[in-house]
Parts: sequence; C-alpha cells; structure tokens
Amino acid sequence: MVVFDKPHALTDVPMHYCPGCTHGIVHRLVAEVIDELGIEGKTIGVAPVGCSVMCYDYFNCDMIEAAHGRAPAVATGVKRAQPDSIVFTYQGDGDLASIGMAETVHSAARNENITIIFINNAIYGMTGGQMAPTSLPGQVTQTSPYGRDVNLCGYPVKVCEMLSQLDGPEYLERVAVNNVKNVKAAKKAIKKAFQNQVEGKGFSLVEVISSCPTNWGLTPKKALEWIDEKMIPYYPLGVYKDRTAKEENK
Amino acid sequence: MADKVLMKGNEAIAEAAIKAGCMHYFGYPITPQTEIAAYMAKRMPKIGGVFLQAESEIAAINMVYGVASTGHRVMTSSSSPGVSLKSEGLSYLAGADLPSLIVNVQRGGPGLGGIQPSQSDYYQATKGGGHGDFHMIVLAPASVQEMADLTVKGFELADKYRMTSMILADGTMGQMMEPVSLDYDIAPAPEKPWATTGTKMEREHNIVNSLFLSPEKLEQINFERFEKYKAIEENEAMYEEYMMEDAEICVCAFGIAARVAKNAINEARKQGIKVGLIRPITLWPFPSAPFKKAAAQVKEIISVELSMGQMIDDIKLASECKVPVTLCNRVGGMIPSPEQVLEAIVKANNGGAL
Repeated sequence: MVVFDKPHALTDVPMHYCPGCTHGIVHRLVAEVIDELGIEGKTIGVAPVGCSVMCYDYFNCDMIEAAHGRAPAVATGVKRAQPDSIVFTYQGDGDLASIGMAETVHSAARNENITIIFINNAIYGMTGGQMAPTSLPGQVTQTSPYGRDVNLCGYPVKVCEMLSQLDGPEYLERVAVNNVKNVKAAKKAIKKAFQNQVEGKGFSLVEVISSCPTNWGLTPKKALEWIDEKMIPYYPLGVYKDRTAKEENK
Repeated sequence: MADKVLMKGNEAIAEAAIKAGCMHYFGYPITPQTEIAAYMAKRMPKIGGVFLQAESEIAAINMVYGVASTGHRVMTSSSSPGVSLKSEGLSYLAGADLPSLIVNVQRGGPGLGGIQPSQSDYYQATKGGGHGDFHMIVLAPASVQEMADLTVKGFELADKYRMTSMILADGTMGQMMEPVSLDYDIAPAPEKPWATTGTKMEREHNIVNSLFLSPEKLEQINFERFEKYKAIEENEAMYEEYMMEDAEICVCAFGIAARVAKNAINEARKQGIKVGLIRPITLWPFPSAPFKKAAAQVKEIISVELSMGQMIDDIKLASECKVPVTLCNRVGGMIPSPEQVLEAIVKANNGGAL
C-alpha cells in the first residue's frame, strides 16, 4: 500500500535547494494541487530568476524561464495566446517585489487570469544573502551588514497589503510553511489560487512566508522559529482580498 | 494586379503583420511609431486577436516572449529609446531561440533625443541589441510597400530560423503615405514541437530557457547558434543595385537615405557621372557580395547615413578597404538633401575636389 508518493507534477530531478529551505515544501504543494485539479497537461509554469530559477526542471508541466522580475509579463503573453491554459509564475521577493514590481502591480491591476506563487524569505538567496525589498528593519544581510537601517534604505514592501488596494486582483492571501498547521493552510490557499484561474476568476497571488537558513545564518529549526518570532508579526497571515467571497457575503 | 490602398508606413506594417497571421501585439506609446499600436487596437478586437497596451517596453517585450514560447506569431513595435528598454528581452529571445518580430521606427538620439527620423540605431540593431553573442535578422524598408513586404518576410524568417527579425525603419518611413498592395500568399507557419503549449500528458515537458550553467553546454549552444547565423549570412542577404553596371562611384544607403541618394544619382548621371547605388535591404546579414564586386570596379564608395557613420564600418569590411569609403550624413533628425549627396558624388568624381 502506498501511503506517501511523489506528485506526478514533480519530476525525478534532484532539487538543488539547501538543507532546511522551504522551496521544496512549496514546490510539492503546487504539484499536489496540479495533480488534484487534473490540470498538468494544460499547465504552463513560468520560473523566475533567483534560487528557484531551475524549478523548470522540477515541474513536469511545460515551463518557461523568464528574465528577472518579468514572469508576470511572460505569463500574460502565454495566457492571452492560450486562454484555456493554466498559467502560473513562481517568484521570490527580489524578483516579484523589487525588479519586477511594475509587472506585478500591472498584472494585478489588469486582473490577468493567472496564478502567482510568491516566496517571501526576506533575502536574496541565490546571490548569497543580500537585502531584499522584504528584509525586516534591522535585519543583517550582506548588503545591510549593520542591520537594515530604515533611514537609509526605507521600509519593507508588504505586497499583499499593497495589492489589496487595487480594484483588479481577485484573490490575495499570505500563508507560511513553518509548521504543519501553516503548511495545510498554505496548500488550501494555493489550491484556491489555481481553482480561481480554472473558473476564470482572475489574478490570484499567494504570498508564502518561507525560510532561508543558509543566508539567515540559522539552523533549519531555528529558521522556522524565526518565521514565528520575526516574520509573521511583520507580515500577518491571512486573506487580504477575496472578491468572490466578499460578493457572496453581500 | 492587386488593388492598392494609400497607407502610412506604420499602418502598412500593422496590416501586413495581421495578414502574416500575427494575432498578438503588445506595445507602449512612443513617437513616431504609435500608429502601429493605434491600428492594432482598432483591428485586433474585430478579428479575435490580442492587442494589449503594456505598462512598459520591458513588459511588452516579455509578453512577446510569453506568446513566442507558445509558438504563435507575435510582435511589438517601438522607437529608439523604447528599443533600448527592450534590449534585455531581445537577448532572452535570442538565448531561448524564440521567433518574434520587432519594429524600430527610429528617431534621433542618444537619450531622449528627438522625434524626427534617424538611422542611428544601426549598431544597436546589427551588432546584437543586448548582452551576449547574438544577432537579429535586420530588415530595412525604403518604401511603404517594403514596410509591408518585409514585415511578412520578417515573420517567415523568424519562424524559419527561430530568432528575432527586426524591421529597422525610421520616422519618415513610418509617417509617409504611399500606395501599397497587401495581397499576400502566406505559407503556413512551420510546426513548433518545442513550444510550451501544455503537454496534454502526451509528451515530455518542454522547457523554454536561456540558462545553461555548464560552460561546456553554453559554449556548444553558442557554437550551434552561430552555425545557424552562418547559413543565414550565406542564404538570406538581400540588396538592390541601381545603375551599378558601369559605375565608377558607388553610393551606399538604406531606407529613406537610399531614396534621397537615388535622386542625387539620377542628377549626377545627367551630368555624365557614372555613379550607382547599392541599397542593403538586410542590414544583418549585411550583403557583402555586391561590395566585393564594387571594390574592384569603383574609385570611391560614399555611405549616406542618418547617423554619424555606423553602416560605413560594414561597408569597409565588405569591400575589404580596397577603395576609400567616405561619409555623407545628417543627424539629429535631419535628412541629407539630394544636393548634399550630389555634391559628395561630384567631389568623389573629381578625386576629392569640388
């Protein structure tokens, strides 16, 4: 009897992520959702630049590697050319909230019928731990060695809060993957974000508070605790926008 | 003969693109090419196509990248400063071997420059147009009819070689009106088994990608891409020769400069000066053959350009510097007059004296 299996939507390619990195968890959640919705054959994923750049090797659906920050524009092109496809992007905080902010905001404003999985781990991982647009005030990184000084480099960007001010997007939720309860909630949100697209509801973004033990300088366990202690207080979990639910409650 | 309609160059490009099966257009307003976007905005919704005004040139070229990944014909258009913004995307399109059509209706530069015609993006278009080793097929129309014809040709070449074709026009070509025939027999686009259209659970997943972390692999891919470029250089160079049979002086010009040059050549012929024109139609691949021939025949080649002299380098290479190559130019949105070109021809005929 099989009690635990790899989702079909994941390939057999070994992932390159560091020990304790939560990318693997989020990849698996996305793949489980693709399996459960039976959409792998018509799904096209768009990979970012950053630690998850090579996720094109890990998902079994067709994949496109985009330039840094441009995944929502690439996804827009794919979705407009093939409206029956299911199109998702998988992006980190530097990609989505810094260099690609314009593409993020405008795809949301247009209510593009795409799904965005946004990994917020408050750091640039691939380049070795520099300050991200989501790095916390006081957070020590390679490019904020004395801690992020908000007088010098401003405040972190709260993506869900900001996008929730737009009329465009359908669904915005922030989740975390640092314990079993949160992982289950994250799965539910990711599934909804894909289901929304299947139903033609529009732009759905799930921000996933994730850990980066390597660049945070913490053990994997401590990194998960740091999410509870530091990240979630600054980035509260929850639904920031759900147009359909709001309309149904009227 | 097919019926002709009076159209602006920019509109001719747009309608020819639709005729060629391009149902997806992404753009951002910039003078002097905005008529293309306006035309597409009007036409696309009527024929089930996609027109989308992007938030930036960068977003527009990446929307092109997305559509190109699915194998559909797709285009964007802009003018010089906007093409600079697109150069990141041009490099990624090249790195992922994606076909697309890009239009640059050039204006004076650098920087914000001006809005009048220019040819000063020649280097940018023919020497790469972004980071990394790559080329685009660069097509230079000299009439509204060619704006249309080369658009169709551009799509065909882009699909044939899996790369970007660029229409390198200028503000004059974009804005001027001429009669044009848009009666095309369009061949069906080739199969694109590499496209990311969804696996339908019937095949391995396709990956559109320009990242190759293994230097051995990346080197091999570059080598293979340049084998393709070599074949293009051998097979796709296009040019027009005008009165070159007995020419002792050769004028070289493309686009609007070639129109001016022809007037000057006609006038010089009346004065008994044996002068002809080589008009490159593809700027990359640059047509070397007529220049090799001309170098053994003429005493001087005059490059007429709306730039500080960019194509002149390619002429020197193609003619192997066997004869003097001189520049006759205006820049910043100015266009050489036939009189100015005639003066250069007379000077060349007199061995440097007027």
